[in-house]
Amino acid sequence: MNERLAAAWTLLPDYLGWHVLLSASALVLGLAISLPLAVAASRSPRLRWPVLALAGLIQTIPSLALLALFYPLLLALSTLLKGVLGHGFSALGFLPSLLALTLYSMLPILRTATAGILGVDPAVREAADGVGMTPGQRLVQVELPLAMPVIMAGVRTAAVWTIGAATLSTPVGQTSLGNYIFAGLQTENWVSVLFGCAASAALALLVDQLLGLIELGAARRNRALTLVGAAGLAVGVVLALLPLVKIGQPASYVVGAKNFSEQYILAELMADRLEKAGAHVARKEDLGSAVAYRALAAGEIDAYVDYSGTLWANVLNRKDNPGRAAVLAGLTSELKKRDGVRVLGSLGFENAYAFAMKPERARALGVASLADLARQAPGLTLGSDLEFLSRPEWKAVDGAYGFRFKAQRSFQPTFMYRALAGGEADVISAFSSDGRISADRLVVLTDPKGALPPYDAVILISPKRADDARLIEALKPLVGSIGVEAMRAANFSVDRDRDKLSPGQAARALAKP
Amino acid sequence: MASPAIALTDIVKRYGARAALDGVSLTVPAGQFVALVGASGSGKTTLLKTINRLVAPESGRIAIQGDDAAGQPAPQLRRGIGYVFQEIGLFPHLTVAENIAITPKLLAWDAARIARRVTDLLGLVDLPAEMAGRRPAELSGGQRQRVGVARALAAEPRVLLMDEPFGALDPVTREALGRDVRALHERLSLTTVMVTHDMAEAVLLADRIVVMKTGRLIAHGTPAELAHDADPEVAALMDAPRRQAERLRAKLGEGA
Repeated sequence: MNERLAAAWTLLPDYLGWHVLLSASALVLGLAISLPLAVAASRSPRLRWPVLALAGLIQTIPSLALLALFYPLLLALSTLLKGVLGHGFSALGFLPSLLALTLYSMLPILRTATAGILGVDPAVREAADGVGMTPGQRLVQVELPLAMPVIMAGVRTAAVWTIGAATLSTPVGQTSLGNYIFAGLQTENWVSVLFGCAASAALALLVDQLLGLIELGAARRNRALTLVGAAGLAVGVVLALLPLVKIGQPASYVVGAKNFSEQYILAELMADRLEKAGAHVARKEDLGSAVAYRALAAGEIDAYVDYSGTLWANVLNRKDNPGRAAVLAGLTSELKKRDGVRVLGSLGFENAYAFAMKPERARALGVASLADLARQAPGLTLGSDLEFLSRPEWKAVDGAYGFRFKAQRSFQPTFMYRALAGGEADVISAFSSDGRISADRLVVLTDPKGALPPYDAVILISPKRADDARLIEALKPLVGSIGVEAMRAANFSVDRDRDKLSPGQAARALAKP
Repeated sequence: MASPAIALTDIVKRYGARAALDGVSLTVPAGQFVALVGASGSGKTTLLKTINRLVAPESGRIAIQGDDAAGQPAPQLRRGIGYVFQEIGLFPHLTVAENIAITPKLLAWDAARIARRVTDLLGLVDLPAEMAGRRPAELSGGQRQRVGVARALAAEPRVLLMDEPFGALDPVTREALGRDVRALHERLSLTTVMVTHDMAEAVLLADRIVVMKTGRLIAHGTPAELAHDADPEVAALMDAPRRQAERLRAKLGEGA
């Protein structure tokens, strides 16, 4: 317990620094856009309605979806720029997070600032005209100062929302306090999850209190209070950003990982080898499945591990299944030709989709293969991870066997195994390298029709690093070095409830011969 | 001959179909104290606000000391004309000194000159110097309106406009402030136009009274002239304070 807490503490300067930088930038940008908009909206009733309605509409988009939407949008823009100007920009990480959070912070500021300006006593407004102020002077010297307490209330709401929503920037590749939560959820490290929640909540409360001082100072027309609040914020931001100055030196390599335990372990394994070779390595973890490959192709990450079947179906859009060796060979030539991506080689194990059942249940129903399963399906509930049912693999296997399940339920992978153990699902779409298959002694159903494609774990290298001797030399020895049992054991050491290892520890254990 | 301080010619102002001002002309010679009187909705406040263009008329000409008021931007025109508001209109977020200094600041006076002017004005409107750092909310109604007068006079205007300036004050404060304003009018050689619905106040303070009704100017003259006006409505209006005074004397006399 204490060890995990200590591990969480050591990550705090980096995570907190990025979280503060991201939230503060989004808030400042949100203010810079919302205030002029609010002034315009308070002047023109015709503008007021559409502006407030649009801001309200953005607010109804779930924040995670908003963050996810900016990635493809920016990627398209970057590709366009690349075509026109010769170089694009990173569509991953800070930029999409900043834009989404900025949009998110705008509504409360817009609403309160518009209401605050409209709420200024008309007699005072006329007095401002009467003493000879221009409309601009009236705004700056009279309307904004009088509306300030109301505006600050909106800024406080926006700050709390932004700091909370910033934890969701982790899946688009931006380091934040959300890394604790997403990684902890995957590896069932609840200390990490709680630590992330507590850190984000504490930050939100602190910022809210400091902004509250400014609000109180504005309401009581007490400059000292306002100054104390503003100084507190400024000092806090500077302190939080200090660690980033050191970290900010460019990494020579960026290793990517998708959002599950095996990916964290393999990323650590690759990073360890690169660091031993004297390179500086940055990690971009918790990338969405589709995001990861595009990030590699765009050169935003240099190396990560993907699975042959995933690439075959989702990147090359192939629906056939010519067999393990043919898929690997096809990928190696096609990805090179199409995107310049180098397939370094297979690690030596498969992480395939596999339908798994509890042995006693399988025995009682007489199910050993997917064909048997199809016969029993109308009485059974299928538990799957969040994406399986919308993936081509499911369509392929469903097309081959014609399943008619009683019910289909989606779970976060960790909870999928729990559901199988608890009887809420009778069969799950497991992963063949998952440590819990051996640990729970699950039965993996055979696939007599060969409908499930092969899923060899392969190391991918970005186009600009395809011929980087130091990188290739460091990672090449990993090819063919990890068997499925070794991977299952490493995964289980991270996923189990007791004596958990961190992905880094598991990677070092895996590296030992 | 010097041009009049204020010359309004054929001013028309409509709010929808209703004419708030229906072709009003009015000339105020320099140094005169004019009271604008009339019932609510007669257009007296609207007329006052056209003088410093707080209200923009549909047609008509406004000249201030011979210069066309439309010849310069409205904010610049207003900086040269003092204005005392009905609801006082002090800026609640500024101190007394900052309120008084607002127009000189807009005119970019240097800080030392502004500080001297604020001290002088506090004395002029009979407020103690230590009031300078207070907020309007800490003052009594009478003190606030004294600040309002000081603010209107801060940039040394030649013309002072007042919109029912003493309406919200108690009778004692009201009388004292009225006398003080009249004294300032003399001392600073101002041209003053005051809107009021209080006939006694108009008679006591003004050199000339202008009577308005439904957007038109129906009579004007010295209080004595108007008391004998042929229009029975005007005569009744002028008679009101006298009758009131007589009734008061009778009642108070009875009690003695």
